[in-house]
Amino acid sequence: MSAQPTPSPVTTQDPKTEGEEREALNSSLRDAWRSLFRHRSAVIGGGIVLFFILLALIAPLLVPYGFNQVDADARLQAPSAAHWFGTDDLGRDIFTRIVYGARISLWVGFFAILGSIIVGSLLGLIAGYYGGWKDIIISRVFDTLLAFPSLLLGIAIVSMLGPSLENAMYAIAIINIPNFGRLMRSRVLSVKQEDFVLAARAVGMKDWRILLKHVMPNSWTPIMVQGTLGFATAVLEAAAFGFLGLGAQPPEPEWGKMLSDSRQFIQSAPWTMIFPGMAIMFTVLGFNLLGDGLRDILDPRMKQ
Amino acid sequence: MTQPETLLQVRNLKKYFPIRGGIFGKKVGDIKAVDNVSFTVNKGETLGIVGESGCGKSTTGRSILRLEEPTAGEVEFEDSLLNELNGEEMRRMRRKLQMVFQDPFASLNPRKTAGAIIEEPLTVHGIGEARERKEKVKELLQVVGLDAYHAERYPHQFSGGQRQRIGIARALAVRPKLVVADEPVSALDVSVQSQVLNLLEDLQEKFGLTYLFIAHDLSVVRHISDRVGVMYLGRMVELAERDTLYDNPLHPYTQALLSAVPVPNPDAERERIILTGDVPSPSDPPAGCAFHTRCPYVMDICREKRPEFQDQGDGHFVACHLMDE
Repeated sequence: MSAQPTPSPVTTQDPKTEGEEREALNSSLRDAWRSLFRHRSAVIGGGIVLFFILLALIAPLLVPYGFNQVDADARLQAPSAAHWFGTDDLGRDIFTRIVYGARISLWVGFFAILGSIIVGSLLGLIAGYYGGWKDIIISRVFDTLLAFPSLLLGIAIVSMLGPSLENAMYAIAIINIPNFGRLMRSRVLSVKQEDFVLAARAVGMKDWRILLKHVMPNSWTPIMVQGTLGFATAVLEAAAFGFLGLGAQPPEPEWGKMLSDSRQFIQSAPWTMIFPGMAIMFTVLGFNLLGDGLRDILDPRMKQ
Repeated sequence: MTQPETLLQVRNLKKYFPIRGGIFGKKVGDIKAVDNVSFTVNKGETLGIVGESGCGKSTTGRSILRLEEPTAGEVEFEDSLLNELNGEEMRRMRRKLQMVFQDPFASLNPRKTAGAIIEEPLTVHGIGEARERKEKVKELLQVVGLDAYHAERYPHQFSGGQRQRIGIARALAVRPKLVVADEPVSALDVSVQSQVLNLLEDLQEKFGLTYLFIAHDLSVVRHISDRVGVMYLGRMVELAERDTLYDNPLHPYTQALLSAVPVPNPDAERERIILTGDVPSPSDPPAGCAFHTRCPYVMDICREKRPEFQDQGDGHFVACHLMDE
């Protein structure tokens, strides 16, 4: 066998300084940020989302009234300087209730989606990676959950658990599990075929470590996009449960509940419905725009 | 010359992939990717395995390492039977058996730095403290012809040849005895191929490695191998010392294969053996000798009886009925 003394040296393009090295390292992450800011709908959506988050955070500082402060003298008043969005049938300030309602909607949306992401991803990961009977069982459970209209399934779950905001949250989490589970499963199915996963096995890595270090990090981007879009759905579903009386209970200032409470005043005092409705609409819009933007940005095919 | 020491012995290795059909996924047949393959690899040598696409050479490599669970057969490495080890024992054994992959783009996790990729096998097998490992990574990078500062970079910042060097460094990190190189240069430019081949040769000398070198490029295999095995349709048809095989091929398939190698002389007089027809499907291989459907010297016995893979003298193994004539 011919043996040459040294391997031919590899010429690296141009020697770079330490600082430039580090820059190159962070470039891909920064690119994602930069394109996020260039993406118009993502910026608008992100702005709306940020606005509502801020609203929720500083709610008590923003308004002079309590969200359950009843004022019998000021019932069903039209919007004015004192009551920006008017008052409801109990004389409660609608603006105050909407601001506090942002807390509820975001809180429910966040934890419901977080819950379904955790449970769904875990199940999807197991189903996709191990396959076989584990996959069959998990996938059939997903199919069963998806076979029901999600709201109907949610109603069934809440009626079993009893109507309350917390139970509505559980129901929303459960009905969204298959969405994330299937997404994760399909990602894992393709990622586990990659050579670097095989390489990790060849190196002698344990399964859970491969899942954690190689499969997960390469599977989570679509989950993030779906999570943002799912947040919008969750807010809507929370409102729907509130509207049906299965979610938030009085006097909680939940937007959907506010809508249903003011149904009878739709003609005499339309502001009681318009403003909570708009709050729901803008929150959902914000998350949808942001989710769409993220999907565009994180899709490698969209990169120039 | 002393008797070479056997490092790896493969006996009657089979890997069948089930074909499932119908609504209940019932097994309706088998793809016989590797069908009764036996050979040995001696310590310190390079055994090249050649064959066309789909002949089962990659699956052979993967079955030996149990990246695909073999259907049947024995793989003896040093003193242990790899196919009988349990999961944890096999995992530990992988320290001695490493693999270099074909595609340098797909075989490196795009979200990890080169340093992290090379360090991983060390971490997995609990070798060294964190600081020692970092040192080791730098050392390995230099061994494969890269620079220590490359550890900070991500795979997409490297060229194909450099990525393959990272793949080699990862395989070498745990100081393996046997490296299965599955088409390690076929995804690279020709100019880079020779660099990587030379690197593999240098490393073999330096660390006393044994290679199972899988490739479809006959000239690459000729360059690097001590002995060469030829596979056709999941079976080993011929195996011999490199020069014996290239100068005096005995199996008609090897003869046809070698006659297809381009010669850089347009006036060279040579006889090309053109095979007709396609490779039969491995799900339904021909009875008898798998090559009989395309063999120019086919006899009646070839259609009925599978030829034995026999030593014709001097370790020149051939599976062909012509040898019995």
